[in-house]
Amino acid sequence: MANIISDETMEYVGILAKLELSEEEKEQAKSDMGKMLDYIDKLNELDTSNVEPMSHVFPVNNVFREDVVTNGDDRENILKNAPGVKEGAFKVPKTVE
Amino acid sequence: MAKQYETVIGLEVHVELATKTKIFCSCSTEFGGAPNSHTCPVCTGMPGSLPVLNKQVVEYAIAVGLATNCSITQYCKFDRKNYFYPDNPQNYQISQLYLPICRNGGVEIDTPAGKKTIGIHEIHMEEDAGKLIHDEWEDCSLVDFNRSGVPLIEIVSEPDMRSAEEVIAYLDKLRLIIQYLGASDCKLNEGSMRADVNLSVREVGAKEFGTRTEMKNLNSFKAIARAIEGERARQIELLEEGKEVVQETRRWDDNKEYSYAMRSKEDAQDYRYFPDPDLVPIMISDEWIERIKAAQPELRTEKLERYKKEFDIPDYDAEILTSSKTMADLFEATTELCKKPKKVSNWLMVETLRLMKENDMEAEDLSFSPENLAKLIELVDAGTINSSVAKEVFEVIFKEDIDPDKYVEEKGLKAVNDEGALRATIEEVIANNPQSVEDYHNGKEKAIGFLVGQTMKAMQGKANPGMVNKILKELL
Repeated sequence: MANIISDETMEYVGILAKLELSEEEKEQAKSDMGKMLDYIDKLNELDTSNVEPMSHVFPVNNVFREDVVTNGDDRENILKNAPGVKEGAFKVPKTVE
Repeated sequence: MAKQYETVIGLEVHVELATKTKIFCSCSTEFGGAPNSHTCPVCTGMPGSLPVLNKQVVEYAIAVGLATNCSITQYCKFDRKNYFYPDNPQNYQISQLYLPICRNGGVEIDTPAGKKTIGIHEIHMEEDAGKLIHDEWEDCSLVDFNRSGVPLIEIVSEPDMRSAEEVIAYLDKLRLIIQYLGASDCKLNEGSMRADVNLSVREVGAKEFGTRTEMKNLNSFKAIARAIEGERARQIELLEEGKEVVQETRRWDDNKEYSYAMRSKEDAQDYRYFPDPDLVPIMISDEWIERIKAAQPELRTEKLERYKKEFDIPDYDAEILTSSKTMADLFEATTELCKKPKKVSNWLMVETLRLMKENDMEAEDLSFSPENLAKLIELVDAGTINSSVAKEVFEVIFKEDIDPDKYVEEKGLKAVNDEGALRATIEEVIANNPQSVEDYHNGKEKAIGFLVGQTMKAMQGKANPGMVNKILKELL
């Protein structure tokens, strides 16, 4: 494996993904991520200077909606997915920036 | 000698677009519904839901881009900006990083030193987040997703501004352009226009920029001006003390007139942008751009010139009348009804501005109808009410948009044009004020003013002042 993931990188990725991994899981993830980067390195060997970057897998563009309200008030159903409900709102642990 | 500092400012301006529906779903964007009553699986980020782009959002964005001299990115697409926060149900915001819809534009502002162009780096489309309410009682946060998915454009300027005045001039220019296009009402106090200020200071003559901070929570022009002054002073003080400015996001507290660090460098954001695979690219043809160009309504500068020419309105008045779309619309609609542009202009320029100032209102908050102002102008012109009564009636129109015909009738405010009744009252006033009469005869012209006042008082303000003057002079 050419790419070695450091403990710091592992820690940082964990923070970004909001994941807490065990030591064992961390080692596994480090190895997986190293292999992924190796594969990217392999792809980078190809000369793509004349290839347009692909932004979508299907050759489709300009899929639009007209600006017309068709959704009604479906609050009751939507709130069924909430972890908690108070005064018609999703109730979540206190978050202050 | 003390060091001279220069302030360098760039703005990120978010504008809520005036569409009926959200950017990626057919939920209403109407303001003020019960919490979560305008939501669906798309704007609450439910797994498996698919966003579909609102065409009107693209059209507004192109229109704003063209009016701010940007080039339109004819192949553009959306990207995901990843971050965790409960107001963002998908854990990413759909925005544009790599191919924003408009680039490399600019608008011209007036400064004391002459005209200056403020560059626009880019304009991109994105979705707004939900609203968080912090519940102190239960120690939890409540999320309302009605605003989640409301379309925004973010207009990113170049760091071309050097003072609070230039910032205000730039914002005002943007606001007018966007209002005139009908793309947004741009109300700062209601958050349909929001500005984040990026500010750094450097010694005059320095080539490199200083370290900048970003300030949020600025919801009026006054707050923006104060925040700029405050942050400039704070940064200069740090530098003078030999300390460093830390790159961070700060929240302006307009009551305390001080900014507080929100996010420090340690937990700096890493948004890991990548193309949104749920949304297909947008191809903007030349024809589409031409169509939007052709449909562009009259903008401020053209309107201003037209008012001067068509209605013979002085420069200054035309500037004020066109300084907001609401005001210009009011002027045109009222003029259309009564065909008296100068009088309409006068009511807007004098009484309307005075009442707006007294009530701390913006032109966008004006709610009286052109019909009622036109009727009031007719009432004065026909001599049905005198001008001081008209001012009182106007105050009621301004506040409650009443019908002046009915109001004048009901309150018995019609001017007394009956010469007999006036003459009797004036004779009485003369008899009761011999001192003033004597003063007048002794050459004190001013004494007549007092007698007019007494007559008006006796007639409860409803006398025709011209007639009072005439009769008084005659009797004296």
